[in-house]
Amino acid sequence: MFPSYEVPLDEFRHLVSERAVTGETVLLNMGPQHPSTHGVLRLLLELDGETVINCIPDIGFLHTGVEKNMESKRYEQAEVMTDRLDYMNTIGNNLPYCLAIEKLGELDVPPRAQAIRVILVELQRLSSHLVWLGTHALDLAAMSVFLYCFREREMIIDIMEMCSGQRMMTTFFRPGGLWRDVPDEFEISVRRFLRYLPGRISQYESMLTKNPIFLDRTKNIGVISGEDAIRWGLTGPALRGSGPKYDIRKAYPYSGYEQYEFEVPTASEGDVYARYQVHMAEMHQSIRIIQQALDKLPIGPVRSNNRKFVPPPRAEIGVSMEALIHHFKLWTEGFSLPKGATYLPVESPRGELGVYLESNGSNKPQRVHYRAPSFAAIQALPILAKGHQVADLIAIIGSIDIVLGDSDR
Amino acid sequence: MGVEQKLGNLGVVTFKLEQVVNWSRANAMWPMLFGLACCAVEMMAAQASDYDLSRFGMELMRASPRQSDLMIVAGRVTRKMAPVVRQLYDQMPDPKWVIAMGDCASCGGVFNNYAIVQGVDEVVPVDVYVAGCPPRPEALIHGIITLHEKVRGEKLKDWA
Amino acid sequence: MTTIDKVTAHLQERFQAQPCDLCGDFSLLIGREHIVEAARLLRDEFGFDMLADITASDYWPEGCSVPPISPRFHVVYNFSSLEHITRLGLRVPVNDDDPQVHTVEGVYACANWFEREIWDMFGIRFEGHSDLRRLLMPRDWEGHPLRKDFPLGYEEPQFTFNFDDIARRKPRAEKGQG
Repeated sequence: MFPSYEVPLDEFRHLVSERAVTGETVLLNMGPQHPSTHGVLRLLLELDGETVINCIPDIGFLHTGVEKNMESKRYEQAEVMTDRLDYMNTIGNNLPYCLAIEKLGELDVPPRAQAIRVILVELQRLSSHLVWLGTHALDLAAMSVFLYCFREREMIIDIMEMCSGQRMMTTFFRPGGLWRDVPDEFEISVRRFLRYLPGRISQYESMLTKNPIFLDRTKNIGVISGEDAIRWGLTGPALRGSGPKYDIRKAYPYSGYEQYEFEVPTASEGDVYARYQVHMAEMHQSIRIIQQALDKLPIGPVRSNNRKFVPPPRAEIGVSMEALIHHFKLWTEGFSLPKGATYLPVESPRGELGVYLESNGSNKPQRVHYRAPSFAAIQALPILAKGHQVADLIAIIGSIDIVLGDSDR
Repeated sequence: MGVEQKLGNLGVVTFKLEQVVNWSRANAMWPMLFGLACCAVEMMAAQASDYDLSRFGMELMRASPRQSDLMIVAGRVTRKMAPVVRQLYDQMPDPKWVIAMGDCASCGGVFNNYAIVQGVDEVVPVDVYVAGCPPRPEALIHGIITLHEKVRGEKLKDWA
Repeated sequence: MTTIDKVTAHLQERFQAQPCDLCGDFSLLIGREHIVEAARLLRDEFGFDMLADITASDYWPEGCSVPPISPRFHVVYNFSSLEHITRLGLRVPVNDDDPQVHTVEGVYACANWFEREIWDMFGIRFEGHSDLRRLLMPRDWEGHPLRKDFPLGYEEPQFTFNFDDIARRKPRAEKGQG
């Protein structure tokens, strides 16, 4: 029924050293199903004893064909598929897609919607970093951190469920704003969570930051210099751990980020420990941003009034002919964007997540492409892993924070 | 411990062999760590605090298929991954069960295209389907309890 | 003059880059013979140190039976400068009868996998690439999925009226099968 999955050596002979062919070094398959690969990543390791001489990643085991599928759906229908790409940052995948549509269609977004977008995206960043910390620590045998982090994540997921009804795949952001306004308990819950979280993060830091075992396993492992990181297209905490201070929220601000004061943490050593420090500092900055956004939360509508893109409220359909026609057109045909192409990057917890949206004037996209930060990170994995031992390779894979749904699309 | 205190010295207790074996299989089922995509995160959440799978006997997820009884296919199975799923299923020793967790594993889910196998039951025989995208941890637990009931109802002649 | 204007003027003058009105942000068309030189120039002289993305787009009208339009593909390069905080997009038109572009792997190391993905999805070859194999699809897959003439692979949903029909055709694994 399905052919067995064997690859002859000739296909990747040019990637392994000569010693593999003679049998001096061992070719080991760290297969798609592995507890520490954070998804279905296959690594072909060339080992000399325990040392990794070469590491050839093989991705595609989660290739979902989303880009092709989105070309056959209308813009609003295609948005549902975007949540499922980078599944740790679900609501953060909706954001660049909606921003790209708003840019091409010249749609305005009310300030309240922008502020709530920022709050939810930063909450999702916290959730993603918590899961990252839990799984990274689990790989390095600190099991209790995993349980604590998931307990905190449950609180964030409860807030998401309160807004949209769904725990993970919310599709809450729509072109023009949000799907609906957040309920009254939203602000109280978020504030309660923000009072509770900094103490918890300090707890995790006290468990790991000065822990001699953790330091031994992460210091001077997987070092990459700043220039090499830029050359290999690394972005996000993996890049900032090596020096360059590049954050899309500061460089190309979107959705009102320019109003909020926050720092971009960096480290200079470029090893696994530096990336860990950057992640932890980013969590504190996210808390800061959410506090500011909540304090300044404006009152007003949460979706644009442009009836060519946004359906009218149900009450209006009974009294206005135009509202009925707009409703009919949006439900049967969907909206069309003018011809053009745009690329819109946002800062996901993994790095630069960009949407390249091309429209040919119809109601279906001509081309949607997601620039995935994990794609570049896995490409750089052989550079990070050369010369280290297999156990260190596990620490490196954890530190670059890859999600295979993101890289395979 | 509790039984003797409540009922006193029972002497000899008889059960049907089926009941004892099914009870032991259901209460100590070890899942294999087979999270593929988004559902894997909800499976991890079900395993972690708040919704604890250890109370159902699934204390840890074994990474090795040779040591596990239950394969929870959590996530979308692509055509590239399908032979791997089959190979892992074949490596599991009998008795084994499969839970198809989520819409993508049950029927292809949101993705109806060239790359996704439309339901993992094209590749491995499935015992319980859990719907949801992703299913809540409570839904997964409901699926696991359904599987336990199914296991407890198994007859001698159907045993692997 | 901003960096973008300087760069655009330089590219137009040296490589005859044409502006493309309908292309929005990515409005500079450049010939495929010039792309490597242009990339090197952008990296060394103008400080575009990161190649954010290479992608491609197929312009053949879907479901069309006439021969593909020319140029059928546009390969879109997305350069980003960290110090000047600017982005630049370049498009390289590629025909269907000879879908080849020279690789920019020598200039930007991260182009390796981006170009492999385009080969896998669109069938555009990159000359001089060190390792042009399929990346996302299985190694023995035939066809290039993101081309417009590749079918979506849509499976008909199983309703009550066609349940038995589809159940007969759909492969199904049974318990106890080897």
